[in-house]
Amino acid sequence: MFPKLVPMPSPNLLTERDADKTPILECINLGINFGGLAAVENFNMAIGRTEITGLIGPNGAGKTTVFNLLTKVYQPTKGTILLDGNDTHNMTTAQVNRAGIARTFQNIRLFNDLTVEENVTVAMNAHMHYNMWSGIFRLPGFWKEERVAHERALELLSIFNMADLADTKAGSLPYGAQRRLEIVRALATNPSLLLLDEPAAGMNPSETAELMENIRKIRDTFQIAILLIEHDMNLVMNICEGIAVLNFGRIIAKGTPEDIQSNPAVIEAYLGKQKEA
Amino acid sequence: MKKLRIKQHTRTDFLTYLGVIILFVVMNILKSNGTLSRSLTGQLVPICCYMSMAVSLNLTVGILGELSLGHAGFMSVGAFSGIVAAMSLQNIIPAVPLRLAVAMIIGAAAAAIAGAIVGTPVLRLRGDYLAIVTLAFGEIIKDLVNCLLVGYDSKGLHMAFNLTGSKTIDDLGMKEGGIAIIKGAQGATGTTTIATFTAGFILVMVTLFVVLNLKHSRAGRAIMALRDNAIAAESVGINITKYKMMAFVTSAALAGAAGALYGLNFSSLQATKFNFNTSILILVFVVLGGLGNLWGSLIAAAALTVLPELLRAFSDYRMLVYAIVLILVMLTTNNPTLKTFFSRFKLHKPTGKEAV
Ligand SMILES: Nc1ncnc2c1ncn2[C@@H]1O[C@H](COP(=O)(O)OP(=O)(O)OP(=O)(O)O)[C@@H](O)[C@H]1O
Ligand SMILES: [Mg+2]
Repeated sequence: MFPKLVPMPSPNLLTERDADKTPILECINLGINFGGLAAVENFNMAIGRTEITGLIGPNGAGKTTVFNLLTKVYQPTKGTILLDGNDTHNMTTAQVNRAGIARTFQNIRLFNDLTVEENVTVAMNAHMHYNMWSGIFRLPGFWKEERVAHERALELLSIFNMADLADTKAGSLPYGAQRRLEIVRALATNPSLLLLDEPAAGMNPSETAELMENIRKIRDTFQIAILLIEHDMNLVMNICEGIAVLNFGRIIAKGTPEDIQSNPAVIEAYLGKQKEA
Repeated sequence: MKKLRIKQHTRTDFLTYLGVIILFVVMNILKSNGTLSRSLTGQLVPICCYMSMAVSLNLTVGILGELSLGHAGFMSVGAFSGIVAAMSLQNIIPAVPLRLAVAMIIGAAAAAIAGAIVGTPVLRLRGDYLAIVTLAFGEIIKDLVNCLLVGYDSKGLHMAFNLTGSKTIDDLGMKEGGIAIIKGAQGATGTTTIATFTAGFILVMVTLFVVLNLKHSRAGRAIMALRDNAIAAESVGINITKYKMMAFVTSAALAGAAGALYGLNFSSLQATKFNFNTSILILVFVVLGGLGNLWGSLIAAAALTVLPELLRAFSDYRMLVYAIVLILVMLTTNNPTLKTFFSRFKLHKPTGKEAV
């Protein structure tokens, strides 16, 4: 038998960011109405394949609603979502996830009665293939896939130094660890776009700094796109390459952190308000 | 990562199996040296059936987190299809243990089909619709069996529905030497009782094996995840309807097998045996034993089936004592002092890590 060809590292590799210019996600005139209230309207956005993008805006601006539209928790009443060029209009939440969008929740939604490890391995379900009977009769497929899942879970948990908490019940974790576990769980679905809804909420400054490093690390190691909602301006301005500002369901500004910081409309709608408070 | 990790649930599962085996051996010894009263000996197979029923209902109520009020309905489907199978296979499969096994498998299959029919429309909906639909299902099955006529002769099975109340078993047009298996409201009569305590023991072990291994596989994780948080489960790619169906149909199939064994333990059996009260009784076993706690279900089912039997001496006060015991059990399981006392015997010592 011939050994498999081993690809040799080329001295001329481009980073993936430069290799593929097509966006991983594109929203075209996306919108939803809740009984007359246009919670999101004319939402247009394109996200590069390894880009970290921030979505900011005052409370009630519609940021979480955008996530719910992207993940099909709500069906958009208007517009199109293209994931890697494919229209997601007839997909369910689970199908969108399998197509590549994973998310965390603003109000933590863990599987509280499962262990930390189980919270992660359950997210690998779509990538496991042994059937119900293999599971009941413990056929070889069960052992093989469970071992791989177990090792992968510990690997992902170690990003946040949580591997030694593997057998703890998720519900008994402290708040910050629960937020981190949600990120690990989302990563376990092997997404190409990760949506983080206020990942730093409730964290102290040192935890936030660590989180910031880890978000960058996740992007660099997994080469995925990240869209994050965050009220912590320091975090957003530091790690985002692009930012969109939402107010009353509409995008009022888009650009680099520098553009956004000096944009008068943003200062009035958002940053200005914060200074007053 | 090569270190062998014995998880806590592995130990609990092992002790559960061990407990059932010890109980079986002890009961067999007591039975053979005549210590066991006659009435209690007669209860051995039904106790096994109820233990199995409690474990399978725990799959729906405790592990899947959906309320089912018609578990006895699936038992009924399994019982009567198992009786029909065993009676009509009498000549084809002369070996009794094999015939019993085949009857139980047919009972399980029939109940699984019933489970799929009930589950398909309901389990796609969000909300507590399953409770009301399973409640109706239990009643409908009871009424259907009440007007069912089944007989068997050299030409095969004959079946008719006595909807108007005017038909009798003679209307099946059976040949000479045919046997009536189910006679409408009279139920199944003249059944050859082939159920044994050993079969009951195997039933409990198989039920435990299926439920525990399902629980600790990828399907079980998905089922418990959607119980804990349906939206989050969907967000990690879990097909909610598929896994709800898997748990519910498995639970129904196991109830069907238990029903078949139960049915083949009595020469005569009416559909009214599997009424709403029976469904509630099984639910009480599950709640008392603890949601998701399988050994709890086993103990609750065994204790609450044996207790009224042991209390027969008190005759008039039987139900009163039964109620008092129930209340005492509930009080003690919720009593903080007793809880800390019992927690000292728990296998799993809480570590400092968990307290963080
Ligand atoms: N299911 C719903 N039904 C009706 N209105 C809704 C629903 N979900 C959200 N809304 C409304 O849509 C608007 C946007 O809400 P959203 O949760 O997206 O805000 P947000 O930008 O995430 O705010 P925050 O920073 O406080 O999290 C709010 O006015 C909210 O009341
Ligand atoms: Mg929000």
